[in-house]
Amino acid sequence: MQVCSLAANDIACRRGDRLLFRGLSFALESGAALQLAGANGTGKSSLIRILAGLMPAYAGSVTRGGAVALLDEHPALDPHLPLGRALAFWQKIDGPEDNQAARLGLSDLMEVPVRFLSTGQKKRAALARMIGQRAPVWLLDEPLNGLDAKGTALVEQLTADHCDSGGICIIASHQPFALAGMKRLDLATFISPPPGEGSGGGGTAFDRRAADPPPQPLPDGEGL
Amino acid sequence: MSVLFTLLARDLRQLVLGGRRGGALLPVLFFLAVAMLYPFAVGPDAPVLARTGGGVLWVAALLAAILPLDRLIEPDLELGLFDQWALRGISEEAVIAVRVLAHWLSFAPPLMLAALPGAALVGIDGPTLRTVELGLLLGTPGLAAIGVTVAALTAGLRGGAALGGLLVIPLAVPLLIFGAGSLATGGESGLALCGAVSLVLLAIAPFAGGAAIRAGRG
Repeated sequence: MQVCSLAANDIACRRGDRLLFRGLSFALESGAALQLAGANGTGKSSLIRILAGLMPAYAGSVTRGGAVALLDEHPALDPHLPLGRALAFWQKIDGPEDNQAARLGLSDLMEVPVRFLSTGQKKRAALARMIGQRAPVWLLDEPLNGLDAKGTALVEQLTADHCDSGGICIIASHQPFALAGMKRLDLATFISPPPGEGSGGGGTAFDRRAADPPPQPLPDGEGL
Repeated sequence: MSVLFTLLARDLRQLVLGGRRGGALLPVLFFLAVAMLYPFAVGPDAPVLARTGGGVLWVAALLAAILPLDRLIEPDLELGLFDQWALRGISEEAVIAVRVLAHWLSFAPPLMLAALPGAALVGIDGPTLRTVELGLLLGTPGLAAIGVTVAALTAGLRGGAALGGLLVIPLAVPLLIFGAGSLATGGESGLALCGAVSLVLLAIAPFAGGAAIRAGRG
């Protein structure tokens, strides 16, 4: 797989009148993996969409070196079509490469209309669609939602294989995700002051960070 | 290029067969129903029917074009397909342009065929039918362009389908004036202007629709 890179430079994200995070920077090279952690509503999905280029950042920029594949809550497969034909549509666009459908346990489901698939089966189907894209940069938004223990292990193995072959994985998940060498980024550390707080010039930690965002070193994942 | 053909094939399948949302048959049946009701409403006065029938066919065609509005863009937006196309470098403009073509192919030829029995129902003569068919041929591309643009603008809004119908009507007024107006004058100039309006709408649609999809993100 080709050499790829993904860098975020001083990104801020605004949703409505709330600033979700600011001063977020990182740089990833081939083979790197990063988990975006943080409570619900801290902006994990927004950051994924900013990194994918689907949403403009409020401030800052994203540098993408390589094609990007996205797995989010939308499977992007026609619900009334049998799974085989729904996946074949993307194979016509992406090329006929192996989408690992057999490994994902989809072989027996090819004749089943997508709308009859369970949540976990839909997630596996979406994974097959994403793998078939052959993009070096994977953005996974809650990839473990709806998957059983076997499916979880499979996704961890697939991302590990992808990183080994020189790809980049960014996983936004509040669940534990086991992947060797994965860095971890907690969005809560980039949070902006809530409205009203810190406006009195009290000099809170938030204010100091806002005034001069320090470069954030990426801490290593646990147990590695 | 082959990507665009793949998109066109899928769009046509979606719009003609329609899945659970009703396919290309629905606008045609609606069109014929209006043509059938009209003589009942105004009475069996052949000269009146012959004089007004062409205009009724035009209004019926315009209203029939509104019916598929809610399944032009919204389902694909909900499925996340537009996001996936954007990631693959397929621009929204290209997707919208292909969709205008698919939408036109799925509703205009069936409607022009249905205008034949429709003409018999309202009792218009041969030359008038010819003007109606020519007008529909020139005007329906514009209707398709308006339909897709408005569908892109209202996709994701609550009650978007009803709002879309209301938005289409004023935009389609120029097409109706020149298309149906050519029936009164019997002249080529009305048809030419109808075609010109269609071309302008076709040129705007991909950019307006693409901008609407992008603005709806985020």
